[in-house]
Amino acid sequence: MAVTCGPDGIPQWRRRTPRGDLLAWAGWLGAVALTMLCFHYISERTIWAFVWDAPAQGADLVSRMFPPRWSYAAQLWRPLWDTINIATLGTALAVLLGVPVAFLAAHNTTPSRALLRPAALFVIVASRSINSLIWALVLVIVLGPGMLAGILAIALRSIGFIAKLLYEAIEEIDPTQVEAVEATGAGRAQVLAWGIAPQVLPAFAGISVFRWDINIREATVLGLVGAGGIGMQLQASINVLAWPQVTMIFLLILVTVLVSEWVSARVRHAVI
Amino acid sequence: MPGDAALLSVEGLSKRYPTGDLALDDVDLQVPAGQVMALIGPSGAGKSTLIRCVNRLVEPSAGRVRLEGEEITGLGATALRRARRRMGMIFQEYALVERLTVMENVLSGRLGYTGFWASWFRRFPRRDVEQAFRLLDRVGLAHMADKRADALSGGQRQRVGILRALMQDPALLLVDEPTASLDPRTSRQIMRLLVELCEERGLAAIINIHDVALARDFARRIVGLRAGRIVFDGPPEALDAEVLTRIYGEEDWSRALRRPEEEDAEEAATAA
Repeated sequence: MAVTCGPDGIPQWRRRTPRGDLLAWAGWLGAVALTMLCFHYISERTIWAFVWDAPAQGADLVSRMFPPRWSYAAQLWRPLWDTINIATLGTALAVLLGVPVAFLAAHNTTPSRALLRPAALFVIVASRSINSLIWALVLVIVLGPGMLAGILAIALRSIGFIAKLLYEAIEEIDPTQVEAVEATGAGRAQVLAWGIAPQVLPAFAGISVFRWDINIREATVLGLVGAGGIGMQLQASINVLAWPQVTMIFLLILVTVLVSEWVSARVRHAVI
Repeated sequence: MPGDAALLSVEGLSKRYPTGDLALDDVDLQVPAGQVMALIGPSGAGKSTLIRCVNRLVEPSAGRVRLEGEEITGLGATALRRARRRMGMIFQEYALVERLTVMENVLSGRLGYTGFWASWFRRFPRRDVEQAFRLLDRVGLAHMADKRADALSGGQRQRVGILRALMQDPALLLVDEPTASLDPRTSRQIMRLLVELCEERGLAAIINIHDVALARDFARRIVGLRAGRIVFDGPPEALDAEVLTRIYGEEDWSRALRRPEEEDAEEAATAA
């Protein structure tokens, strides 16, 4: 970058020119100053008395949360099962709808770059830009409270996620394998099934279980807005300040998430 | 017309890529049935483009290609797929569908003759499966039929690639650098196998190859391509320093033109 000639005629090299050095330092200085300014702004709008009190408040809440109310678990199995079903059915629906969208969106498989590809990309962006909780909020208003709203909320959010990751995987496949299948005289559908599908299968399995894993976690809060599952119990328990019950729910969610992580890791490992 | 006697007849074929590169410049070529022809030339001379224009994996910009009297250029999608069945293609990096089994890869040569659902459920006619087993046995890979293609060595993969092409019941093989990824011994074995199979079945072949010694040892006819034009067409014996200079450019060709046996003798002498 900065090659200069020393007095003895030997070229000298530095990473930046002196001007570049100055600019880099100025950049760092600016970043630090901005951080300090922001902190000052936040600090002015914080009631510090509450923050200093936080450890005592936290300790108080924890003392009320323990021990968990173990007997409450008996009432939680059903909502927990609902939660898992919401996540699983929602993911399945999203896979069903997301896979065709992915093939329409990938530039090497889309039948029409001018029309269908932008449409598919729009579906992906629209689905991804709205959180499941907000989808659920809207769907509970439209469909009424219950699991169906939860399933659809999960599905609507996941279509974009699955389609986006899958179409990126489709665009990265080895084109010569596809060419080889085309060269045999195979039809379009056969090229898809024999040349492309085998190549994206591992990515597809990984993406689906990854999304299922995320959806289990998301499904646990959907109940807060009335879309079924264990979140409804959480909402009810918080409303009546039944903290030992809240702890019990947290524990169950933790165990469920652990199990789902384990399952998805196993699936991803199996399909390579 | 004299061209009609040939199995493959290429007239005035040109290809200009969207980048502006003229890969093929008014190429005329006739290949009679059963002739094994080597296409040599420097990298970027248009060898790959030429054989890809024959089965229209690359769309030619101008000119005509006829196979068995049928004009390939200008065929609609369905008719092109039908015509491709008569042209088996073999690739440099084998282009097997890596995650499918050896048997599936071999049977994929029949895709052009098999309906979508039959191929989806892997219900190939018994005759095809028997033929596949016979061919696998012929190249010593019958015990590998159920292995995944990515578990095979380079030489084994290329054998599977050859079988896939043969399963198409082709009249012509389009072979793109079959030995470029193989060691010298395996390269010779693969070339020998190719030539033997062509002789057994009366197949014509266009073999792109940049190894001049291999071309000279295994092909009956050599065509030299330089910058998209045919600059040599003759028997292997006619390859001399002058011709090689015409194809590849100025170089001391005296060592490259010795027979392999002479090299062996010299190596033995050096070792002793």
